[in-house]
Amino acid sequence: MSFEPKIVGFLCNWCTYAGADLAGTSRLQYPPNMRPIRVMCSGAVDSVYILRALLEGADGVFIGGCHPGDCHYVSGNYKTRRRMVLFNSIMRALGLDEGRVLLRWISAAEGKKFADTVTEMTERLRQLGPSPFRKLWEV
Amino acid sequence: MSEPKFSDRVLVIGGGIGGVQAALDLADTGRKVYLVESAPAIGGYMAMLDKTFPTNDCSMCILSPKLVSCARHPNVELMTLSQLVTISGEPGRFRVRIVRHARSVDLSRCTGCGDCLEKCPVKVPNEFEGGLAQRRAIYRLYAQAVPNAPVIDRRFCLKFTKDRCGNCARVCKAGAIDYSQQDEEIELEVGAVINASGSVIVDPQLRKEFGHRRLANVVTALEFERILSASGPYSGHVLRPGDGKEPKRIAWVQCFGSRDESIDHGYCSSVCCMYAVKEAVIAREHNPAIEPTIFYMDIRAYGKEFDRYIERAQKQYRVRFVQARVAEILEQKENGGLIVRYADNGGQRSELFDLVVLSCGLSAREFTGMTVKVDSTGFPVTRLTEPVSSSSAGVFLAGSCAVPVAIPETVMAASAAALKAMTLTVPAAKAVSEEQGGSELDVAGAAPRIGVFVCNCGINIGGVVRVPEVVEYARTLPGVVYAEENLYSCSADTLTKLKQRVRDYNLNRVVVASCSPRTHEPLFQQTLAEAGLNPHLFAMANIRDQCSWVHPDRDRATEKAKDLVKMAVARVRRQLPLKPVKLPVTRAALVVGGGISGMAAALALADTGVDVCLVEREPVLGGMARRIYETIEGEDVQRLLAEMVAQIKSHPRIRIFTEAEIRRINGFVGSFETTVAVAGREEIVRHGVVIVATGAQYRQPDEYLYGQDPRIHTQQELEEIVARQPEELKRLDTVVMIQCVGSREGEHNYCSRVCCTEAVKNALAIKRINPDCDIYILYRDIRTYGTLERYYRQAREAGVIFVRYEETDKPQVKVSEGKLQVELLEPVLKMLLRLQPDWLILSSGVTPYADASILGQLLKVPLQQDGFFLEAHAKLRPVDFATEGVFVAGMCRYPKFIPEAVASAQAAAGRAATVLAREYIEAEPYQAVVNPERCSACGMCEKLCAYRAIEVQVIDERSGRRAAVVNQAMCKGCGACAANCRSAAIDIRGFVAENISRELAALFAED
Repeated sequence: MSFEPKIVGFLCNWCTYAGADLAGTSRLQYPPNMRPIRVMCSGAVDSVYILRALLEGADGVFIGGCHPGDCHYVSGNYKTRRRMVLFNSIMRALGLDEGRVLLRWISAAEGKKFADTVTEMTERLRQLGPSPFRKLWEV
Repeated sequence: MSEPKFSDRVLVIGGGIGGVQAALDLADTGRKVYLVESAPAIGGYMAMLDKTFPTNDCSMCILSPKLVSCARHPNVELMTLSQLVTISGEPGRFRVRIVRHARSVDLSRCTGCGDCLEKCPVKVPNEFEGGLAQRRAIYRLYAQAVPNAPVIDRRFCLKFTKDRCGNCARVCKAGAIDYSQQDEEIELEVGAVINASGSVIVDPQLRKEFGHRRLANVVTALEFERILSASGPYSGHVLRPGDGKEPKRIAWVQCFGSRDESIDHGYCSSVCCMYAVKEAVIAREHNPAIEPTIFYMDIRAYGKEFDRYIERAQKQYRVRFVQARVAEILEQKENGGLIVRYADNGGQRSELFDLVVLSCGLSAREFTGMTVKVDSTGFPVTRLTEPVSSSSAGVFLAGSCAVPVAIPETVMAASAAALKAMTLTVPAAKAVSEEQGGSELDVAGAAPRIGVFVCNCGINIGGVVRVPEVVEYARTLPGVVYAEENLYSCSADTLTKLKQRVRDYNLNRVVVASCSPRTHEPLFQQTLAEAGLNPHLFAMANIRDQCSWVHPDRDRATEKAKDLVKMAVARVRRQLPLKPVKLPVTRAALVVGGGISGMAAALALADTGVDVCLVEREPVLGGMARRIYETIEGEDVQRLLAEMVAQIKSHPRIRIFTEAEIRRINGFVGSFETTVAVAGREEIVRHGVVIVATGAQYRQPDEYLYGQDPRIHTQQELEEIVARQPEELKRLDTVVMIQCVGSREGEHNYCSRVCCTEAVKNALAIKRINPDCDIYILYRDIRTYGTLERYYRQAREAGVIFVRYEETDKPQVKVSEGKLQVELLEPVLKMLLRLQPDWLILSSGVTPYADASILGQLLKVPLQQDGFFLEAHAKLRPVDFATEGVFVAGMCRYPKFIPEAVASAQAAAGRAATVLAREYIEAEPYQAVVNPERCSACGMCEKLCAYRAIEVQVIDERSGRRAAVVNQAMCKGCGACAANCRSAAIDIRGFVAENISRELAALFAED
C-alpha cells in the first residue's frame, strides 16, 4: 500500500472551518488525510501545537485563516503570518522540509480552495514520504 | 377602560441585511420581532454578492453569521415565504395581516440534510444564479440559506402539476415533506412597522438595444457577481455564459437604467460605480489576463476610502475608464464577441469585447399593504430630521426602500429605524428564567463519564461512514461509558432521548458526531443545559460536512470518522464548565459633540428613556449646521436647528454641558466614568455607552489666490451672501466655481461628498436671483448621487455650464489688470477656455478636526489615515467602534448631508440602546486566563491584544509583584496572547493548550 500521510489542520472558526464546511455542502471531494481541529482564530495556533503535532506523528500541519484584512479578531491572521515566518526559519535550521507546514488564507466562501489545498498538500506529502520528526522527542 | 398597554412587538418587512439588522437590534432590547420575508430564505441581495467594496470582504462570510443569529434569536420569529397584506390601527397598536405561503416542507421536522434535492427529477433555471445554473423543483435558495430547509416550487413540482413522482417524500427520512400544506393568513398585533423591503434591480429589458437575454454574453452586474462567486454557477471561474470560454476583454456599461429620463429613471442609483469597479478588480484577481473597461458618465466614488479604491483599480489592476455613454451592443455571430458602440470626446466609436456587464441601477419597490407617500421617483418622501420615518406614522424605513443606498447606509437606516420603533414599544416581560441557575450538575472532581452519539443524518453520514463500527469504536475510548447511533441526532425526539441518556447513565460529558458545530453546536449545548449539564462539557465531531460528504471511500471515511470521534473524546474529557461573565450596566449615555448629529443622537436615546449627558466645546449648540442656511431641497436649516436646540434644552433626560471638555474616560462597556471640565471645575459623569459625534469642519483653501482677493469666496461664504445679502448677486455677470479644491488630491485624497451638491445648490440660488448671470462649474466628476441628481439636471436646464477638468490640468487663476482670470484646458474641444468672472467660488471640501485624535486616545478608538474615525466594520458595523459600547455618528466618521447625519445618529442611538437595554453585559465565555505563577510580566500580550483587554498590572501591592490581568469585559478570546506567551502563562478557556495537546496525543496514539 502506498504511503498515506496524516495531516493535522488547525482551522479558524470564522473562515477556513466554514470554507471546509462549504466544501462539504458543495460535495467537493478531497483526500481524507486531514484531521481538522477547530480554533477560534489562526492567531491562536501556538507554535507549540505545530511542533507537538509533528512530534506526535503528523506528516504535515495545515493552518487555515481568514484573508488578510478579514480577521474576525482584527489582526489575528497577521500575527499568524509573522509567527509562521519565524517558525519556518526554525524548521529550516532543524532540517525539516518547509512544505510540511502550510499556512493558507481560505474564506468561508472558498470551499473549492479548501478542497484543492488539502488535495495538493496530501499529494506533496505523499511524495515527501513520512515525516522524519515522528516521535523524535529528543529534538 | 383599561390602561393603554404598550406593545412589545415589532413587524419587520424584508429579510435582507436591513431587515436582519433592524430585527437583531430590536430583539436584543427584548422586543419580539416578526421578520417577514417573501423568499424562502433571508439574506436578500447581499447574499447574492461575491465581495463588497471597498474592503473586498466576502459578502456571504460577513452576512451569514448575522443571518444565523437572527434565525436563532429567541425574540425573532422568522416568517419566510410570507407577505404583508394590510396594516390597520395606529402607532403603538397596529393590526397587521400576513399571508404565509406553503413551503410544502415541515420546518420543525426538516434537518436540512438535502437528500430530497438530489432525487427531484425536475430541473429549472436557478433564479438565484441569474439563470446561469439549474435547480430542482424542490430547492434551497442558496447553499447556506437560512432557514436551511428546502421549499417546493409548486409551479414545477410533478406532484402538483401532474400528481405523480413523490420522490422527495419517499427519500426524506425525517418525514418533513408535506404536500398538503396550505397558504394561510394570520393577524398580528404590533406597536411599530419597519419596512426593509429594499429596492428592485432595474429590468435589463428596459433597453433592448443592450441585448440582455438576446445576446448570450451580455449579463447584469448581479449575474456577474454570481459568476465571480466561489459558490456560483462556475465555482468562481470567470467564464462567459455563451460558450464557457474565459473572457479576456470585459466591459461594464454604467448608468444602465440610471440618470436616464427616457425610461423615467432620472436619478442616480448611488452604488453602481463602486460595485462595477469592484467587479472589475475581483475579475482581474481571478484572472490577471482580463482587461476590464468601464464606460461611465461620472465616477461617483463619494464614500469613505472609495477614491483610493478607484485609484488602486486604475494603477494596480489596470482597470480602464472611458467616459462615454454606450449606445448599443451588437454581436459577432461567428464567435459571440460583442461590439460596443459608444460616443466619447472623439466622436462615434466601436470596440470589441468578449463579455459585457450591464451595471443595472436600483429602482423603487412598490409598498404593498401600506400607504406611504412617495415622490415622482417612487421613493418615499421623508423629512430632513426624520430620515427613516415615512409619511405613515409608526412605519419606518430601513435601507434602499427609502432611497438607493449601499450596505452601510442600509445598516445605519436599519439601526435608526429600530431606534424609532423602540420609542413606540416596550421590552417584553423577562422570561421566567433564562438560565438554568442552580440546577447545574457539579462535575468537579468527578471521573469523566462520556456519552457519544453518532448521527446517521439519514443516509448523509450512514451512506458512507459505517456508523455502527464508529459506535463500537467509541465504546472502547477512555472515559466513554455510553455510545449509540441516531438516525438524526438533531431531531426533537432524539434530543429528548439524549437528555434521558444523560440522566440514566450519569453522563457528565457529551460528544455528538454529526455535522458542523458552526450550525448545530448551540442546539446541542442548549439540550445539555436542559439536561442539567454545563453546555461547555460538550464536543462535536464533524463527520458529515468534513467527512462523509467529501470522502466517498467508505473505509477511509470510516477511519477518519473514528479519528474525529477519538479527538473529540480526548478534548471533552478534560473540558471544564464555563460560566458566562456578567458585568453591570449603567443606564446612561455620554454624547460628545453638540452638532446636528450629537443632538439627534441625544434626543433619540433620551426618547427611549435613557439619561443623556451632551458635551459640546463651543458656547452654543449646532456645530457645522450653523453655517448652512438652506438645503438643496429648500428647507430652512436655521429654523430646524432652532427647533432642535429648543427640544433638547427642554428634554428632562438630557443634561447639556457647553464650553466643556472631556479630560478622562475610564472604564468599559456598561460602566464608563468620564471627567468633564466645565466652567473651571471638573465633573464626573457615569454612563454605560459613549456616542462620538464631534463633527468635522469646512476646509479653508490655501490655493487659487484665496484670501488675497475679495472676489474669491468659498461655497460657505457664498451661501451666507445668498442668505443675507442676495442683492449682491444681482450685479454679477459671470461666476466661476472650482470643484475639488484641495480634495481628491495630495493630503486630502478623498471626496468630501457634499461639495458638488453645494455648488449646484448655490448656482441654482444665483440663477433664481439673477437669471442672466453666467455660471461655470469646473469639475472633475459631478457626484450628485441618488435623488440629488435631479438638481444637477435642473442646474443644466437653468443654463449653468459644467466644464470638466483633469487632475493633471487644473484651472489657472490669476489677477490680470485688476480682473480675475480663470484659464482651463477644455478636454472635449481641447481648447483653452479663458473666463473673466466677477466672482470665483471655491469648493474646498471638508476636513476632520485635527484634535479628534485626542478623543480617540482617551476612548482607545482609531482614526483612519485621513483623520476620520474608523468604524468597526465598513459595511456591517458602520456606527460601532471595535471597542464595545462606543459608537460614532455624523461627520467625524465621514462627510455627510444632514439627513445622513441624523440617520447615523439615530443608528448610533439604536446600537447604544441594545447595550443599555441589558441588565448586565455577558462577556465571551472563551476568555484568556492568566496563571500569575507563570507570568513574567514581559508585556508581550499587552502589545499583541487587538482589544486592549490585557494589561500588566501590580497584582500584589505589598510585594509589588506584576502580572498580566485580563479585562473580562473586553476580551474576545481570540487567543493571540496565549499563542505568543513566552512563559505559557495564558490559556483560553474552552481551548486550553493542554486539551489541544491531549487531542493530538490521542490522535496519534496506537489503538
